[in-house]
Amino acid sequence: MTLSINDVSKTFVSDDAETIDALSHISLSVNNEEFICILGPSGCGKTTLLRIVAGLESASSGSVSVDGIPVTRPSPKMAMIFQEYSLYPWRTVEENVMLGLELRGVNKPDRVTAAEKFLDLVGLKGFERRYPHELSGGMRQRVAVARALAIEPSILLMDEPFGALDAQTRNRMQYELLRIWEKTKKTILFVTHSVDEAVFLADRIVVLTQRPGRIKEIVTIPSVRPRERTSDEFGQIRRHLLDMIKEESDLVQ
Amino acid sequence: MTRRLGLVLPILLIIGWEVVAIIVNNPFFLPKLETVIPVLLSPFSDVLGTGSLVDNALVSIERVVFGFALAAAVAIPLGIGMGRFSVLNDFFDITLEILRPVPPLAWVPLALAWFKIGIVSIVFIIFIGAIFPILLNTVDGVRGVKNTWIEVGTTLGASERQVLTKVVIPGAAPTIWTGLRVGFGISWMCVVAAELLPGPTSGLGYLIMYAYNLGEINVIIAGIIVIGLIGLVVDQGFKAVEKRWFGWRGLER
Repeated sequence: MTLSINDVSKTFVSDDAETIDALSHISLSVNNEEFICILGPSGCGKTTLLRIVAGLESASSGSVSVDGIPVTRPSPKMAMIFQEYSLYPWRTVEENVMLGLELRGVNKPDRVTAAEKFLDLVGLKGFERRYPHELSGGMRQRVAVARALAIEPSILLMDEPFGALDAQTRNRMQYELLRIWEKTKKTILFVTHSVDEAVFLADRIVVLTQRPGRIKEIVTIPSVRPRERTSDEFGQIRRHLLDMIKEESDLVQ
Repeated sequence: MTRRLGLVLPILLIIGWEVVAIIVNNPFFLPKLETVIPVLLSPFSDVLGTGSLVDNALVSIERVVFGFALAAAVAIPLGIGMGRFSVLNDFFDITLEILRPVPPLAWVPLALAWFKIGIVSIVFIIFIGAIFPILLNTVDGVRGVKNTWIEVGTTLGASERQVLTKVVIPGAAPTIWTGLRVGFGISWMCVVAAELLPGPTSGLGYLIMYAYNLGEINVIIAGIIVIGLIGLVVDQGFKAVEKRWFGWRGLER
């Protein structure tokens, strides 16, 4: 699997015909099974970049390709996990997880088996018949992860998936995600505005500038895992990243 | 407890009614309870040569079912189209906004001119009465479907058609159901009102108007009670379905 983003720019035209440059000349090539975090101040276009990769939006110029094939619409090789409110409240947990397979016409017994497998993987065995509103925020995101994994994509696109969770649940989910990543060998593109989260998770962190988002720097993180959040080494990386983010945020104020 | 509290007023009204009826002592103005109850207690025996209460109720219900089903069959697909495609909405919106404030009964003369006296005219009036609440709620329901839900479907590989059947329709269903419930209530009012007018020779509306002509006020009151009870039972049925199937509404997370 190869994912490459080639010179992608995005310009929005608002209702009153103003143009807003959201992204400018982004190029990045992602290795197989790599964990990439896209980090940037709010409004830098990081979500837009992810949506372009997902095929939910089109680039104004440039292109995204997976295994050499240009992405023009959502591809079965990728699955996206949204920040929140993404589960279908009228479906049980199991029915949510089975949806992708249902859309492909996979028969019921196979769907159930798959749902069971992935719910087990995210630690939600026994919750099959529950409805989303009966679950906590962290559990709901686990379901969303299981649902994305169920279509067996090679790339996971995650748009601040833990942004709405409290700090403790968030830390827990980060551990879990690494565990799942190591087990399933996915390539992950993970958008966040949390320096701490990026340093904990990523192989490489792509730092974007203030709008229009350009790549400011790509920071490679030493590959030891699990990482000690408070160690000196990561403290230095974190300081470096925070300085960059601050520099960018200060530009707007 | 609240249920019991709700029964206090009807009981007081019945007692008050009986007291006033005894004081007034004029069956052509306010008949006594004991002349109304026998009519209600023998629903299968003929009333004033018009057929039994049940016969007349069934005739009214049949008319409502036709008009209501026709309205739903037009309003739901149209509303889904309007909610999903702004072109359709722009095309229909002004026309519907002009027609909507016209009371259904204002169409009676036209209905008679077009369809003559008979079931077609009545069904037409019911159709006019029911179509707007169903249509407007369907449009609202479809517009209220969260964009994230649609995008999740798309990224999991849903075709345009599957987005409609697996996401939009189930997501809008609770609001559409509310439209059907309101629409049915209006249909029921319309059928009785339409039957009061010259022309029909059966139905609950006809029965109470005929009873008025004969000065049988007790039959009028019995008829009104039956009309109210049927409306209540149907509405409770709608509510029960709402609770069973659409209990997730308001619990989206």
